[in-house]
Amino acid sequence: MSGTLRSTLLGAVFTIALGTGAAWAGTIKVGVVAPFSGPFATVGKTFKEAIEVYQAQHGKTVGGDTVEFIYKDLDQANPAQSKALAQELIVKEKVGYLAGFFFTPDALAVAPLIDEANIPCVIFNAATSAITEKSPRYVRTSFTLWQNTVPLAQYVAKQGVTKVATAVSDYGPGIDGETAFKKTFEGEGGRVVDSIRMPLKSTDFAPFMQRIKDSGAQAIYAFLPAGPTTLAFAKAFNDTGLKAKGVKFYGPGDITQEPDLPALGDAADGIVTTFNYSQVHDSDLNRAFVAKHKELFGSTDTVTFTSVGAYDGTHVIYKMIEATGGKSDGLKAVDAVKGMTWESPRGPLKIDPESRHVTQTIYLRVTEPKNGKLQNTEIAAFPNQPDYGFKAGK
Amino acid sequence: METVFGIAVDGVAYGMILFIISVGLSVTLGLMRVVNLAHGAFAMAAGYVASYAAQDMGLPYGLALVAAVLLTVAATLPLEKLLYRRIYGSANELAQVLLTIGLTFVIVATINYLFGPTLKRVPLPEMLTGTLNLGPKSIPIHRAFVIGMGAVTILALWWLLERTSFGIRLRAAVDDPAMAAALGIRTERLYMATFALGTGLAAMGGVLGAELLPLEPYYAIRYIVLFLAVVAVGGAGSIFGSAMAALTLGVIDTAGKYLIPNFGEFFFYAALILILFRWPHGFFQGRSA
Repeated sequence: MSGTLRSTLLGAVFTIALGTGAAWAGTIKVGVVAPFSGPFATVGKTFKEAIEVYQAQHGKTVGGDTVEFIYKDLDQANPAQSKALAQELIVKEKVGYLAGFFFTPDALAVAPLIDEANIPCVIFNAATSAITEKSPRYVRTSFTLWQNTVPLAQYVAKQGVTKVATAVSDYGPGIDGETAFKKTFEGEGGRVVDSIRMPLKSTDFAPFMQRIKDSGAQAIYAFLPAGPTTLAFAKAFNDTGLKAKGVKFYGPGDITQEPDLPALGDAADGIVTTFNYSQVHDSDLNRAFVAKHKELFGSTDTVTFTSVGAYDGTHVIYKMIEATGGKSDGLKAVDAVKGMTWESPRGPLKIDPESRHVTQTIYLRVTEPKNGKLQNTEIAAFPNQPDYGFKAGK
Repeated sequence: METVFGIAVDGVAYGMILFIISVGLSVTLGLMRVVNLAHGAFAMAAGYVASYAAQDMGLPYGLALVAAVLLTVAATLPLEKLLYRRIYGSANELAQVLLTIGLTFVIVATINYLFGPTLKRVPLPEMLTGTLNLGPKSIPIHRAFVIGMGAVTILALWWLLERTSFGIRLRAAVDDPAMAAALGIRTERLYMATFALGTGLAAMGGVLGAELLPLEPYYAIRYIVLFLAVVAVGGAGSIFGSAMAALTLGVIDTAGKYLIPNFGEFFFYAALILILFRWPHGFFQGRSA
């Protein structure tokens, strides 16, 4: 009796295992590591929404295989946890692709894993130039500080500004931004009169503003990661009278990202930034992208640079799946997208074969009110900007 | 010279905001012996209420401030009755820490759910924007206002605790609850009033300081270390201690930023270590008001 029961049970277990196994065949899994809770939860939200917009527009299947995204929450920069999550995705979930990554250290931490498992990793954000040098399986669809800063520094020099003070958050991307600005601007004959590295956790920026005032700079170049500190920084710039004195405010677009604009309010009015994407970018593709987003999620408040990073990253993953016919082969997949060009909501993109980073148009924008809402209006474009920070650039 | 003046003005303004928020924590810790780690969460919640009242409902700044303080106090009084009352006194510190940190997480999650993770601001009225010229240095009017409010808070609290019958009863109840109760003082009500006072101060600080400590759901966790540092340096329960501590730390932190910004928060914590080394119980240890 018990023998019969056991064999029935075993039979049932095998049937279920086979059944689910059959359901899995034809499904390609993509693991996305990003912050979905914690202070940076908006980023994970923009990633997930953008992926869903892409799938709504282009379908969920590639060549008969269904593409399934599996999300893992990494609430703040934590390389050890990033590695553990990636390992879990690869070993347990058997993902064929890794994607996401908001912070540089988290993206760097998975390099040995993707090499060992021969899995491609598409970075949706992490913007330090050096990342793609660490593994041939990295592809990045966001931007780098160098990419944004070099055209900005050239533009500032052309405005007749000769003395600039830089103020950046004291960590990898900030130092990339500072170096890129200084090198380019001084190459154009300008002078950086003071370079301030501000602690990441600063909340009172008045002291830095006083230093900028004392330095006699005609303009500032500022980089702070998108989020709470940008508000206090922009406020302090206005409150200490630097704006009234006619000092110009330049920086990469993180400082005026769309979700923060309502809170920044008047403080953001007139800030000139360079960036790869503005929600109001004038193109049919972008209008379709924003409209689809609104249709799916009811609002466009969160559509920002991390959205297009994920949207175009998803496109790259689809192309990789197409090229490898559903089998996961990291190097082959990455080779297939090297040199690939396409039109994205932000403009024309190309994966540079050497750096595996997107070559793209960088836009000069001014933050201004329109229809009762602040927006980043694009006023000029610098096409075909590579990652100047990749190896030779440094 | 200009730098010295700048350090003084910016340091005092920063210190006053730290003071207004921290003194409520100091009052509850010193008088009721409860480590209220949710203090920062109360300040943050008030900031969000003020932001909502001013931005979405269009209330003027002053009204938004009052509404935020009253609503926060009203919302936290049931917590006092249900939760805090069980952990008064210093016998069960672990329970205090666990309860209040848990409460903080609940508030963080609630705020995150209701208002989203992006920044919120409390728009300032015309009167408080712009700058005030003080000889070689001009300071934002808002900062001058905060300094004034800080000074008023110091005096009002001193008067309340030293010169009113409420203060006398409170100090009696703190020193010997059983004897105070035997004399007819209703200690439970006193504690509730004191808790409301502490929360109200946190709320006011959260709204007034929204320009310097920007409102986002992790405010509660991000800044609680600053508030605890002020209480540790000032001595629990001491108003003048808190004021001195907040101003000292504010000025030292500001001086570090002016002179050597890339040392980060080194000077803040170095000062904290040195002061606590010399005065392990804070500047004004043992005084109950």
